[in-house]
Amino acid sequence: MVHDYEMRGNVDRRCFMMCALASGAALGVGEFSAPLAAMPSLAGSQKQDDSQFTVEAKFYQKLPNKKIKCKLCPRECTVGDRERGYCGVRENRAGTYFSLVHSRVCTAHVDPIEKKPLFHYLPGTVAFSLATAGCNVNCKFCQNWDISQSRPEQVPADYIPPQRVVELAKQYGCPTIAYTYSEPVVFSEFLMDAADAGHQAGIRSIVVSNGYMQQEALKAAYGKMDAVKIDLKAFTESYYRDVVTGQLKPVLDSLVTLRKMDKWTEIVYLVVPTLNDDDAGFQGLARWIKTNLGLDVPLHFTQFHPEYLLKNLPITPVPTLERAKAIADAEGLHYVYIGNVPGHPAQNTYCPKCHRMLVERVGFTASQMLIRNNSCPFCRNPIPGVWHT
Amino acid sequence: MSAMRGSSRRVFLKQCFTGAAVLRAGGAMGLRAAAQQGAAPEKSRVVVARDDLLRGKGSTVDSRRMLGLLDRAMQTLFDRDHAIEAWSRLVRPGETVGVKVNALGGRGLSSNLQLVEAICERLQQAGIKAGDIVVWDRDTDELERAGFRIAMGGNGVQCFGTDRVDYEPELVAYGSVGSRLSIILTQRCSVLINVPVLKDHDGAGVTIAMKNMYGVIHNPNKYHPNGCNPYIADLNMLPEIRSRMRLTICDATTAQYEGGPAYKPEYSWKQNALIVSRDPVALDYTGWQIIERKRAEKGLKTLEGEGRAPHYIATAADAGHRLGTNDPRRIAVIEV
Repeated sequence: MVHDYEMRGNVDRRCFMMCALASGAALGVGEFSAPLAAMPSLAGSQKQDDSQFTVEAKFYQKLPNKKIKCKLCPRECTVGDRERGYCGVRENRAGTYFSLVHSRVCTAHVDPIEKKPLFHYLPGTVAFSLATAGCNVNCKFCQNWDISQSRPEQVPADYIPPQRVVELAKQYGCPTIAYTYSEPVVFSEFLMDAADAGHQAGIRSIVVSNGYMQQEALKAAYGKMDAVKIDLKAFTESYYRDVVTGQLKPVLDSLVTLRKMDKWTEIVYLVVPTLNDDDAGFQGLARWIKTNLGLDVPLHFTQFHPEYLLKNLPITPVPTLERAKAIADAEGLHYVYIGNVPGHPAQNTYCPKCHRMLVERVGFTASQMLIRNNSCPFCRNPIPGVWHT
Repeated sequence: MSAMRGSSRRVFLKQCFTGAAVLRAGGAMGLRAAAQQGAAPEKSRVVVARDDLLRGKGSTVDSRRMLGLLDRAMQTLFDRDHAIEAWSRLVRPGETVGVKVNALGGRGLSSNLQLVEAICERLQQAGIKAGDIVVWDRDTDELERAGFRIAMGGNGVQCFGTDRVDYEPELVAYGSVGSRLSIILTQRCSVLINVPVLKDHDGAGVTIAMKNMYGVIHNPNKYHPNGCNPYIADLNMLPEIRSRMRLTICDATTAQYEGGPAYKPEYSWKQNALIVSRDPVALDYTGWQIIERKRAEKGLKTLEGEGRAPHYIATAADAGHRLGTNDPRRIAVIEV
């Protein structure tokens, strides 16, 4: 499930377009630019050939009576014959579980990597960003619910196998492939194959995910990623139960595991007015990060916009985001950002030692990048991240 | 086929669950009198119509006997002497009628074809144009696998899946449910007749009337946790569904007491019955009891014992929903 940054800005439900920036426009504004190339639109009623998208799932257990237990996410759906799991993109066929979304790309764009957002990973570059239908949770604020909460056959899609993904990434000058928009957990098999193909061609992979995944699957799938952004939706189980339809604990476990795997990881926390905007929650979150992940993990507090099933709530006031940042700063976290508020100074990266600005961002554009040799050019303080290709 | 056929044979009527059995012989008047005697006005009426000779000597349902069985059920439910009178109480000329079937179980356990044909025949005799009737479920391929002949366009009865016309682009929401509705429901039907199948469900406990509405929305997979509770009840509260729903005719010709919702021949049985009601909660409660009796007969645990009792039925009846009653004291089950 995605947060505000990752809304597919120029795509509506009925169209399928690829926003293709010129390969040289590494600092472009992909979200707002007109598409330069459009992929053929598939009519909603047109039948897709399911067989080309269908592969046996990697993470499941066979049970008696042709049932299976999915081992991909903590939900552990027990799925009867001819039924699908909660995600809607995995189907039990006579006791064998299948992913229906391998290479079934329903949206693809060339986005600035800052839009993911990843602020400490190859700033100023663009990512070939794609998604399939489906999600393993159901966040009431989802901006991309039209694809994340749909079954694959309900969403126009094209067959783009891993090798073609890599070709397109290279064609558009993208050093990375981003699995994003919906929930990449549910298309893990495709993600793993595309990452392998990309690495063979020198293209890296990043994932934008809710982290709601079983440990074995996480290690296998996200072990192939070069960077990870996790949406930590809140710091209470009740919020995960009532607003996300998931659980907090497995997400925290995922973050710890990613840390142990030494994956570059950033965290986004979408601040939803009245639901997860209390000081105790911000403080608990910051302390947990400090204790379990360290001070250098970037934390983005982003602004909520009313969407999907939460249209009754207002946009997050900027002072609320600033309060969240102040609390996290006070706990000692080094890189706390405010997102979705264009022009806010907390979009920039500052050296935690000398406090000079090191990366200036305008919208999704990194307009100035001063970090050299992974260090502050002013005081030589190391700045964690992957700053150069 | 005459509307009177079903009421001209010997019928059996008894009120079950109260223990009082009434035997009547004869035609429609007998039926009517018995129904009046068996059901207090304030009770939800659930008619269980059964014909042990529905299939003759083979396994295929006999069309003529099915029509007779349907007539018997409808006349009893609406307390009419003639089948067309009953149907005329349900629909009016000029209305567009959606017959929502369940095609998930293939040929073995989907809404019975002869039953659907009989419904369409009676609807037309009640003044509904053939082209204003649409037999539908979510997926056209599933309908075909269940034996339905797809028809889209022309003057005949229509039959196709939502995949042919898509779902509404906008969400509708009630309680825990937020979904896009089938355009067949919203744009092709002013009246909904629900034709589910009586069967076990591994998550919900049973899937009968209310659960069949999962085939109306684009995201049913999101509503299976917690035994589909409160999702089933919330879904049936959507005004677009509730305002159109007129009647449930549950196909219990072949039913399944275990291993559902997919067809498992080893757990299915020939009940040769229809369960008809305007109260979907009362119908689901009644169907659940039938499945429990069959499970007991087969030596299986109750659904409660298996940890999958259909709690959604009580939710549908609670003060927040009031979709019907699950109180057996307020349900008149009439067996004919």
